[in-house]
Amino acid sequence: MSRDLNELYQSVILDHNKTPRNFHELPPPASHADGHNPLCGDRLTVWVDVEDDTVKDVAFLGNGCAISKASASLMTAAVKGKSRADAMALADEFQKLVTGKLEGAAERKALGKLQALAGVSEYPVRVKCASLAWHTLKAALAGAPAEPITTE
Amino acid sequence: MALAASASPPRRPAAPLDVEAVRRDFPILSTRVNGKPLVYLDNAATGQRPLAVIEAVRRSMAEQNANVHRGVHTLSEQATLAYDAVREDARAFLNAPAGHEVIFVRGTTEGINLVAQSYGRTTLRPGDEILLTTMEHHSNIVPWQIVAGQTGAVVRAIPITDAGEVDLDAYRSLLGPRTKIVGVVHISNALGTINPVAEMTRLAHEAGAVVVVDGAQAAPHTAVDVQALGCDFYACSGHKMFGPTGVGLLWGRTELLDAMPPWQGGGDMIHTVSFTGTTFAPLPAKFEAGTPAIAEVIGLGAAIRYLRGIGFDAIGAWEHALLERATALVSAVPGVRLVGTARQKAGVLSFTLAGVHPHDLGTILDADGVAIRAGHHCAQPVMDRFGVHATARASFAFYNTFDEIDALVRGLHRAREVFA
Repeated sequence: MSRDLNELYQSVILDHNKTPRNFHELPPPASHADGHNPLCGDRLTVWVDVEDDTVKDVAFLGNGCAISKASASLMTAAVKGKSRADAMALADEFQKLVTGKLEGAAERKALGKLQALAGVSEYPVRVKCASLAWHTLKAALAGAPAEPITTE
Repeated sequence: MALAASASPPRRPAAPLDVEAVRRDFPILSTRVNGKPLVYLDNAATGQRPLAVIEAVRRSMAEQNANVHRGVHTLSEQATLAYDAVREDARAFLNAPAGHEVIFVRGTTEGINLVAQSYGRTTLRPGDEILLTTMEHHSNIVPWQIVAGQTGAVVRAIPITDAGEVDLDAYRSLLGPRTKIVGVVHISNALGTINPVAEMTRLAHEAGAVVVVDGAQAAPHTAVDVQALGCDFYACSGHKMFGPTGVGLLWGRTELLDAMPPWQGGGDMIHTVSFTGTTFAPLPAKFEAGTPAIAEVIGLGAAIRYLRGIGFDAIGAWEHALLERATALVSAVPGVRLVGTARQKAGVLSFTLAGVHPHDLGTILDADGVAIRAGHHCAQPVMDRFGVHATARASFAFYNTFDEIDALVRGLHRAREVFA
């Protein structure tokens, strides 16, 4: 198996880790959900402000590794302005990307900057780091459950 | 055990450890990971297995496999003899007064659960207190929380200092007539602290409490002597002692074990069974229901004999040298904060590196074949105490080398460059 650290830690990821975008709370009426990866202790909260079925604003706060932080940051930039259904669909496409199941070049290209996280697929134990924010987003879009979303 | 200077003088000079010869006993140490020689610094999670253990398990499965304590045929007799012989190896390893006081369990976790559910559940009353140090592994916290919920007892935490040592003054003031059980980890998996178990036990006994010791990290690195410690229960895990997974030891005092009800029912733990009533087998069978982990127990016996062959004087001296070098070199890396700086420490180095999350550090080190642990180490109260979410942890065994510590330090510098 050949795994290249530079593929995993691309400059886009390092940048979003150091300077996460939309890294703050959103005031009500934005809804939010909490995500937790119990194995490693990563925790984050995702806020979404949906108006007329469109993600008007999205933000997050939390603690985690560079992969989870960059993934959350890139996610907020990617889903802002999308319809609820498109955001949900993007979450599914992203999950395919980081698990190495995204086949076509066109599908990959449609993910834009999120492609920076494709290298995660070579690191099975790090997939949860990348997907935590997206699971949490889906919960926030669906209406926050009482229990935190976990990757287990 | 990497004992600091205040330990009593060694009984005899330790024969120096021939680390290269020892490494040849462990096949996995000559493998490569990601194209690089494996540098295994995750020994607190699990130890590697020497050929002696691998061969003992193989022989048990390939040549001696039969159920124990049941058949009259030759294979069963051989398996039973090999299995039962390990009881004496384990007794001697812990310096227990009697072999029947040593119960084979699945590991430390099961040993502590057994004590909690058998001893704790039948003796604890509402308002009774269970004292646990803040540096306990979850396996010495959660079983007590469960039994506290069942009995109305209360779990209280013994504070630790900024260095990661038990605050003995606070411990003294927590002890009282309500204290029934004290749980203490012999060596902390997250901090490396070697706790003053004998002193803590003396104080607990003055208050009338029994002491349960989590020996998971101590048994692979130090000569355990349950009589010198004075404790009442001691649990350890085979896989951390370079033996197989799925097997461990629970030692308890005869008078306590005799008075305790069985924890699980089944075959091998009974004297007679009828639908009007059942009488239980004497120790240790009373606590060993069902077919045991036969090959694993036999493998654990081989691990104990292997450790005895090297000797804990030699192991302790070498691991102390490894810890001193690693502490000096790692703490000199800019941005490193050590978590756990007790005066008495075993070969565990827990730390954070500014700007690099421990998981990312773990991945970067792994690219160079260096295996460490990153996370909360199943000791979340310790993380909370030190105000961190996770740490990176390098943990050493007697087969580690100075070169491997240098590889760790090179990896730390590389991580700083990646995240610069």
